[in-house]
Amino acid sequence: MTIEIKTNSVEPIRQTYGHIARRFGDKPATRYQEASYDLEAKTNFHYRPQWDPDYELNDERRTAIRMEDWYAVTDPRQFYYGAYVGNRAKMQEAAETSYGFCDKRNLLTRLPEETRTMLLRLLVPLRHLELGANMNNSKIAGEATATTVSQMHIYQAMDRLGIGQYLSRIALMIDGTTGAGLDESKGYWMDDALWQPMRKLVEDTLVVQDWFELTLIQNVLMDGLLFPLVYEKMDQWWEEQGAEDVSMLTEFMRDWYKDSQRWTNAMVKVVAGESEANLQQLQTWADQWEPEIYNALKPLAEASVGVEALDEVRAQLATRLKKFGLNTQGVSA
Amino acid sequence: MAVKNKKLNLKDKYQYLTRDMAWEPSYQKKEDIFPDEQFEGIKITDWSQWEDPFRLTMDAYWKYQAEKEKKLYAIFDAFAQNNGHQNISDARYVNALKLFLTGVSPLEHAAFQGYAKVGRQFSGAGARVACQMQAIDELRHSQTQQHAMSHYNKHFNGLHDAAYMHDRVWFLSVPKSFFDDARSAGPFEFLTAISFSFEYVLTNLLFVPFMSGAAYNGDMATVTFGFSAQSDEARHMTLGLEVIKFILEQHEDNVPIVQRWIDKWFWRGFRLLSLVSMMMDYMLPNKVMSWAEAWEVYYEQNGGALFKDLERYGIRPPKYQDVANDAKHHLSHQLWTTFYQYSQATNFHTWIPEKEEMDWMSEKYPETFDKYYRPRYEYLAKEAAAGRRFYNNTLPQLCQVCQVPTLFTEMGAPTKLSHRQLVHEGERYHFCSEACCDIFKDEPEKYVQAWLPVHQIYQGNCEGADVETVVQKYYHINIGEDNFEYIGSPDHKHWLSIKGQKPADQSKDAA
Repeated sequence: MTIEIKTNSVEPIRQTYGHIARRFGDKPATRYQEASYDLEAKTNFHYRPQWDPDYELNDERRTAIRMEDWYAVTDPRQFYYGAYVGNRAKMQEAAETSYGFCDKRNLLTRLPEETRTMLLRLLVPLRHLELGANMNNSKIAGEATATTVSQMHIYQAMDRLGIGQYLSRIALMIDGTTGAGLDESKGYWMDDALWQPMRKLVEDTLVVQDWFELTLIQNVLMDGLLFPLVYEKMDQWWEEQGAEDVSMLTEFMRDWYKDSQRWTNAMVKVVAGESEANLQQLQTWADQWEPEIYNALKPLAEASVGVEALDEVRAQLATRLKKFGLNTQGVSA
Repeated sequence: MAVKNKKLNLKDKYQYLTRDMAWEPSYQKKEDIFPDEQFEGIKITDWSQWEDPFRLTMDAYWKYQAEKEKKLYAIFDAFAQNNGHQNISDARYVNALKLFLTGVSPLEHAAFQGYAKVGRQFSGAGARVACQMQAIDELRHSQTQQHAMSHYNKHFNGLHDAAYMHDRVWFLSVPKSFFDDARSAGPFEFLTAISFSFEYVLTNLLFVPFMSGAAYNGDMATVTFGFSAQSDEARHMTLGLEVIKFILEQHEDNVPIVQRWIDKWFWRGFRLLSLVSMMMDYMLPNKVMSWAEAWEVYYEQNGGALFKDLERYGIRPPKYQDVANDAKHHLSHQLWTTFYQYSQATNFHTWIPEKEEMDWMSEKYPETFDKYYRPRYEYLAKEAAAGRRFYNNTLPQLCQVCQVPTLFTEMGAPTKLSHRQLVHEGERYHFCSEACCDIFKDEPEKYVQAWLPVHQIYQGNCEGADVETVVQKYYHINIGEDNFEYIGSPDHKHWLSIKGQKPADQSKDAA
């Protein structure tokens, strides 16, 4: 039996905003729809940007990719700001428990010095790469024209800052919050031969102008090789080195990467499927960047899990991209 | 590992968790990675001097913001479920929301884009991170405002196509050109414009009128948004102050550049806020305070103290602040009488203030209201009563810079129209004031580009040659629903039926 509360029902004169109704019909809209569609300025811009006078503000020509409607690219997670922070708050709660546990039980400080140094040399320097990813995604968020696209990239930018901060905290746990571990780790990033191809690659991405090229490089190709290598393959390897507790501290990254593939896959699928010209352009970029990323990761793989593991990861990425009509190397592995 | 025994303090720890992730590039040139940092002429000698305006790591950010969102959306849901729109003071209040959703919310989105951009442009990582946090906050505000107003849109007119109108409607080119101006400038000017001049110096004059206005008028959805956004705004304000101090401390050559920007952006902000002044005095059925009072507290007192503090850097108060201070006695009245005449082309209604409201204004504006403005309303009321509700059928002359119709009067001469003009490369340009004319003279190549709505209509770029076609087709303003006089409008009739003041079909919500 249910209790019926009598309410004064009021008929609305319309169900949603006009710009939402034009896309989906005048019916009750989701929070994602009202937060994500047609919010940005599209026309009648007053002044050319002084930093880029060839284009208008919110100019679709800032990328070589052409879309009839950029709002065709949507987020399968349906993240608007509230949904996004709600999801990440849950993830950080789990991470906080792990970090707290590790810290309380001294799980890192009791590792042999040699293993601690390996963590500072092979894992923590990735915080710098995360900052590069943060910068690239912030640029994309500032230049992408549809809110469905730009918002995914600002979430991505902040996520990368967060991941960089988690990696930094691993070093702070090792060094007893003195910063010495972070200094040491940064030294590897700057000077260790192992990191130089990767640092060069990251710096090279920072001068890429085309924002869609950049999201392909950063969020699809680079992450597509790096996250499975570092947070899956190397995760098992750390265990073999007696540092299985590190796994607790990188759980966030694994969950995060799984989550991020949902939207990057959706994005590439829609953009590649839009036209032959788009597909060709993506292929050209993939041809140019994927081998460079592979080569930049090679020294890290050699120093840890071995190149075969990297080749496996490469094959996985090739299979994933194949679904969108893109061919990258590594299918033979 | 190098021996280092001292535990990091909070400040240093935060630096390790933000700017220390950056590095000196060696494979690419720094100026290629950060190509936009030089052209404005601002000299930064040492980014490490940047003081983080707040210390918020991402884990804490996600946690706090998620808690805030949870509470906010619980209120939105309750508001919609209980038809909270029926509990507002009066339906005239909703017109303030129409102005907000079309005039302000699109700026939140532009701010998101602008801060994401500068969040990449600076070579100082501390400043970048602070800007990125503001970017995502601004996205939050843009989206939560859509959600806060969503229920109103279902029951009132004029809220149905905000971003579309923002790109086209004549008076909305005032806020749009303001933000386009900032976004098209370099990163340092953008922050001086938005973080300092707007967020720090003038934000209370936007936030207090709308959010307190919501509180005073029973609008639970909007005021809850206001409370929820308050801690974000506090962060944005500290960024604004840090930015200006940092730039000024970096090099003395920066002082004259920043002074010019402060002069410009104070004035542009002041002109933009003229829309808020009329909202505050005329559109709120329950008044919070008068525009003149708000200006005294939030600009003359707070701003006065601020500029005293900045004196040591060689910064003086904005050049035309005396004109703005004097205008506080006139601004809202001049705006409202203008919008009253042009209601046929706005997405909100206008009306003659009621007797008690006029008495309130006499009290709040003892020097000016009875002398200059009450007689106008009495005349307009008489005309309306005689069936001649006045609409002005000519299109107004817009200022080339601020894009407000040239409706303002000279300082100290409230019956003398303020107008300036100059010829630039063979073309004549018109301005509402000396200040706007100055802004043009500094950057004529920028302001000649302005998309002036009236010019565009006359040039045939707005889907029609007559006002009715432009309003209906190009602006998406539904004629007879969104526009014209409030009394007798569908919103008005609907409100009367909600309040049971007029028998109406219970099952229908609108006329």
